[in-house]
Amino acid sequence: MAPVRGDGMRGLAVFISDIRNCKSKEAEVKRINKELANIRSKFKGDKTLDGYQKKKYVCKLLFIFLLGHDIDFGHMEAVNLLSSNKYSEKQIGYLFISVLVNTNSDLISLIIQSIKNDLQSRNPIHVNLALQCIANIGSRDMAESFSNEIPKLLVSGDTMDVVKQSAALCLLRLFRSSPEIIPGGEWTSRIIHLLNDQHMGVVTAATSLIDALVKKNPEEYKGCVTLAVSRLSRIVTASYTDLQDYTYYFVPAPWLSVKLLRLLQNYNPVTEEPGVRARLNETLETILNKAQEPPKSKKVQHSNAKNAVLFEAINLIIHSDSEPNLLVRACNQLGQFLSNRETNLRYLALESMCHLATSEFSHEEVKKHQEVVILSMKMEKDVSVRQQAVDLLYAMCDRGNAEEIVQEMLNYLETADYSIREEMVLKVAILAEKYATDYTWYVDVILNLIRIAGDYVSEEVWYRVIQIVINHEEVQGYAAKTVFEALQAPACHENMVKVGGYILGEFGNLIAGDSRSAPLVQFKLLHSKYHLCSPMTRALLLSTYIKFINLFPEIRTNIQEVFRQHSNLRSADAELQQRASEYLQLSIVASTDVLATVLEEMPSFPERESSILNVLKKKKPGRVPENEIRESKSPAPSSVTQNSHSNHKFPLRTTNNANADLLGLSTPPSNNISAGGGALIDVLGDIYGAGGAVNNIKKFLFKNNGVLFENDILQIGVKSEFRKNMGRIGLFYGNKTQNPLTEFTPSLIWPADQEQKLSILLEGVEPRLEAGAQIQQMIAAEAFEDYCDSPSIDLSFKYNGTQQKINIKLPFTLNKFFEPTEMNAEQFFARWKNLGSEQQRAQRVFKAQTPMDLAGAANKLSGFGIQLLENVDPNPDNMVCAGIINTIRVQVGCLMRLEPNKQAEMFRLTIRSSKESVTKEICDMLVDQF
Amino acid sequence: MMLFMLLFSRQGKLRLQKWYVAHPDKLKKKITRELVTTILARKPKMCSFLEWKECKIVYKRYASLYFCCAIEQNDNELLTLEIIHRYVELLDKYFGSVCELDIIFNFEKAYFILDELLIGGEMQETSKKNVLKAIASQDLLQEDETPQGFFEDHGLG
Repeated sequence: MAPVRGDGMRGLAVFISDIRNCKSKEAEVKRINKELANIRSKFKGDKTLDGYQKKKYVCKLLFIFLLGHDIDFGHMEAVNLLSSNKYSEKQIGYLFISVLVNTNSDLISLIIQSIKNDLQSRNPIHVNLALQCIANIGSRDMAESFSNEIPKLLVSGDTMDVVKQSAALCLLRLFRSSPEIIPGGEWTSRIIHLLNDQHMGVVTAATSLIDALVKKNPEEYKGCVTLAVSRLSRIVTASYTDLQDYTYYFVPAPWLSVKLLRLLQNYNPVTEEPGVRARLNETLETILNKAQEPPKSKKVQHSNAKNAVLFEAINLIIHSDSEPNLLVRACNQLGQFLSNRETNLRYLALESMCHLATSEFSHEEVKKHQEVVILSMKMEKDVSVRQQAVDLLYAMCDRGNAEEIVQEMLNYLETADYSIREEMVLKVAILAEKYATDYTWYVDVILNLIRIAGDYVSEEVWYRVIQIVINHEEVQGYAAKTVFEALQAPACHENMVKVGGYILGEFGNLIAGDSRSAPLVQFKLLHSKYHLCSPMTRALLLSTYIKFINLFPEIRTNIQEVFRQHSNLRSADAELQQRASEYLQLSIVASTDVLATVLEEMPSFPERESSILNVLKKKKPGRVPENEIRESKSPAPSSVTQNSHSNHKFPLRTTNNANADLLGLSTPPSNNISAGGGALIDVLGDIYGAGGAVNNIKKFLFKNNGVLFENDILQIGVKSEFRKNMGRIGLFYGNKTQNPLTEFTPSLIWPADQEQKLSILLEGVEPRLEAGAQIQQMIAAEAFEDYCDSPSIDLSFKYNGTQQKINIKLPFTLNKFFEPTEMNAEQFFARWKNLGSEQQRAQRVFKAQTPMDLAGAANKLSGFGIQLLENVDPNPDNMVCAGIINTIRVQVGCLMRLEPNKQAEMFRLTIRSSKESVTKEICDMLVDQF
Repeated sequence: MMLFMLLFSRQGKLRLQKWYVAHPDKLKKKITRELVTTILARKPKMCSFLEWKECKIVYKRYASLYFCCAIEQNDNELLTLEIIHRYVELLDKYFGSVCELDIIFNFEKAYFILDELLIGGEMQETSKKNVLKAIASQDLLQEDETPQGFFEDHGLG
């Protein structure tokens, strides 16, 4: 049967029927090839085809193309149709050109010529056909050819409304590929004023155009805000009969309303003018009010259109984030939708609430719906809705509800869809870390994650739990006990073996006192998993075993036996073989002391943003950062942990790379090479001060980490750590340029007599620093006695063939070797009196930095390394401090008093110490610093 | 902005495709294949929206045909459902109780109507009356032409 077509082209209808009747794919291909051969011969034949025949064949080609077959001819015939004086032929020609856009240059000029002719036509139908074609192709060719005509059509007084509408969107399409097409100047205001056009269709089309223009140039088009607000206000307050055919299922102009609301979201704040702002708020309230009215129709179209406007209004409210009243109302409205019958509405409400949760005004309000959201996560039939619920729980989580939300997510994870497990695991891990007040809880959560969804626990997650356990002494014993218990499960996930192996290797000794987890028991338990694991895990376990030899000498022989077994050909993996034999040798030749040094407890990891967060950000661009904005307002929990650094000897460890191999299993991470200075920011991101520091060594009197030096070529970050008379600095040289720095040589400037007092050991660096890369240099120092000044580095390198030289002072100032000393008032004054001689004291009076900042001064003093003593000086404004400078040969006690004079904005600084040189040096350092 | 619109049958046969972004044919086919499979696998009561790659998919089934649109992240999902509905209404009005066959045999008309509704992926004219008026005046131009093909189609040309 073929008679469904209304107008001619019976041949086409027959062909379509034939195709539909084909019983197999092969038959269809055969029929198509036959037709293609036929058309080809017709086009090539001697007989000239008339317009009708061309139209018919071109249409058949189009149909074949739309079935999914390639078409490589017929373009010329289609172009011929464009200039036909029969509208139906012209229209088919345009359709073919639009669908099978061809960049053949011979043809494109013909096409452009035809379009030009049609744009000149007095018949709006022809003009629109041409405009639609331009928009459908939308190439730069089109933009170049019609950059005059189309803007003119849009604003000219003679243009008919229907043409204006097409012209507005056609121009938008061309603007997207060629932004220069929009004329500036007086056109701006004429385009903006299309928002006032009488014809709703013109306004609807123009609003999309203006939205795009505003995105490109918000300042220039700022005038659109007032017009958009008043247009929107008129629509929202209109009765549904006012707008006639622009009312859609009793909703006045929903498309235009949504476009206007979108347009306004380009500005923040939307407007500075109180009058406009008031009108906008009124309009938004009206929209919220209407949502509460009973529906005017039971049709889903009515509710969809109405709610489309509502959701867009809520988007604008969230975007502005300035009207608490509206935010709370929006939240209540969305809360109602959470239990709506329509899945679509529940989905959208959850999504929108995610954004509300990140606003300080509505965060608490969102939390009221926690129960319903948890139910949604568990009960929704559609995984995409459950996913939204998970996202919302993540967004609404804070310290108050973290434990509950994490528990619910863990419960759900047992049955969660495979498609969302990995992301959920990341989210749970992040929440547990971020809101942990008690790290035993954190360890429990992560181990549960591994137990429930081990396959989905990525490296970043289990690396992170190890980092945290290592950095937090208080949780180490608990972690060891917990992993030991977890490993007793008959079937436990390989990730559990990895974490267990690592933690027991470091902290197994903490539970070895209990006979149930005696050294041999620990070892046997771990080794029972060995054969079930991948080579990577086995390698890790071998490292654990050698650590056991250090921790538990009593099981040395058992372990050596295992090494022996694996040090030969029986172990097929070369890495394992090598490890086993090296560890075996180490255990044989090394003395207990050497072994203890080599296998010393791992140093703390530098604190930095959780690497898991980065993974999530990559997975969900655009979602995670919003959450972070809010987080940054509240104190970050990681700052609490930063102090724990000093418990360890040399906690400097290079982990340049977010995926750095924390466990030393594979090759060390190469220097992080990324464009610009990004690499540095990764490492030092958390300790960056207000940049632009050009070797401001004075700043480093009061802090250990930051940017030491920066110019256009190079940035040098520093991290340092001191303990007793020892110190260590890590310098991070970052190449900010697009070219490598060569012959890169830092050399130490520190006279020999000084070297006697403070010995410095400079580690070598590679002579080449790649573009955007970062390298690290370690510098160790040991103080033998007190000294003045501080060492510096002469840095020379070639950049673009030019020799560069920079001198940088190193922050190895004497105060770094301070040990803070607590004492009460009595002790303090007794010593103060004792250090009263001329050589022992120094005093300076200096002008305070304005404004005078006493709290800041106290902070600086703690950073200086000296103990700030409370309740010693009778005047609470005065600050008194005590500390001991540790060197190998001498220990110098040092007292300090800083007296502010608020009226005069002056400070008086007094230093007393047992050694004249120290008194002077410390006094010189501190003067003028407050 | 709408990125593309696909119409396909319950059997997964593509009936209409309109792309508002330039993609190579190969990519278009890949996207189409993936989406058709994804959407046909979904159950009736499921949400009409899904996140897919960098965009959002909005779809709705009318009788044997699925209408599926890809929109940008910031676009309004509910209103996209209503763009689909408006298009269906227009087809229905034009063909008089539209069915899949009408769209197969008159695919070019389906394109012409869509071009009156959306240009460059944006809603051009939301008034049903105005779109139908535009299509009617096109048809009027056509009727003025002599029915030239009649003889050829009956083997008399």
